[in-house]
Amino acid sequence: MQDLSLHILDIVENSIEAGAKKIKIIINENTKKNILTLQIKDNGKGMSKKTLTKVLDPFYTTKKTRRVGLGLSMLAQATKEAEGKFAIKSKIGKGTTVAATFVYSHIDRKPIGNMAETIIGLVAARGLDVVFIYTHNKNGNGFTFDTRYIKKELNNISITHPDVLNYLKKEIQKQLKSIGVST
Amino acid sequence: MKKLKIGDLEKIREKVRRTATLRLGKARAKVTVHMGTCGIAAGAREVLSALLKEIGKAKLKDVIVTTSGCAGLCSREPMATVEITGKPPVKYGDLTATKIKKILHDHIVKGNIVNDYALAIGSERTH
Ligand SMILES: Nc1ncnc2c1ncn2[C@@H]1O[C@H](COP(=O)(O)OP(=O)(O)OP(=O)(O)O)[C@@H](O)[C@H]1O
Ligand SMILES: [Mg+2]
Repeated sequence: MQDLSLHILDIVENSIEAGAKKIKIIINENTKKNILTLQIKDNGKGMSKKTLTKVLDPFYTTKKTRRVGLGLSMLAQATKEAEGKFAIKSKIGKGTTVAATFVYSHIDRKPIGNMAETIIGLVAARGLDVVFIYTHNKNGNGFTFDTRYIKKELNNISITHPDVLNYLKKEIQKQLKSIGVST
Repeated sequence: MKKLKIGDLEKIREKVRRTATLRLGKARAKVTVHMGTCGIAAGAREVLSALLKEIGKAKLKDVIVTTSGCAGLCSREPMATVEITGKPPVKYGDLTATKIKKILHDHIVKGNIVNDYALAIGSERTH
């Protein structure tokens, strides 16, 4: 996986597969403290303690189509390479939170990548039945993209309409630029 | 915390409303892009973005795009399945932005399956 925006897309796909109806994505960039954190919180079906101890094993998956599950172990590996930390919390029936931190200036820290493309891809595919809340902060400046608010503003026009998606993608790109995130 | 400007959303709402009223029919085709880890690592997001962009450009209003997890054929990712109402689903593999655009125009718009990229039609394997 080349960048963090692809890891995020992958982790959110787990949430969707777990039946989540609300998914929060939070990115914090703090160059002074030299730290980058990301968090993905969902209200999906969660995991048992026993499952939780096994998820970082690449040979563990609950999928029936394949014998390996790579998503979480790959993100954990990416944090390790950048001297960061990886944590996963989960409660059956409540949801799951995945958190990753990285040393910001570490040479092996993956770039953020194209977050606008990740968010719009998710909204296009699942925006009708899943709420996405994406917050991105950099050194004290930030913005929040909340599909509940956007849907309300759109009235009864579909959030998955091509013109709407196109507009929202440009808007996210603009917001990212305004807080100093290069994509 | 900044929010999206309401005025801009209003503009887009008006624009969409004008075009949306022209066609209120049901979806005729569904494209499912496989978004498991292996798909994403192989470039599935790029395929999805290219597809969305092309649907917008061609102003297609009856095509639904969605995603699914891994389909178990990781070596042929990125993959997508095209379903057209009343026809067996067609599974495509080794996709790129260029290939999905061709699939959109040839298969979804004109109804001609792109045999060169098809892995399976219905339950039959082709490649
Ligand atoms: N958000 C979540 N909610 C509930 N269960 C989860 C969540 N994320 C992961 N899991 C569980 O952990 C397992 C491992 O996840 P991981 O992403 O590493 O692999 P995978 O999704 O099975 O396969 P891959 O990511 O390679 O396509 C999943 O099969 C699932 O059982
Ligand atoms: Mg996964």
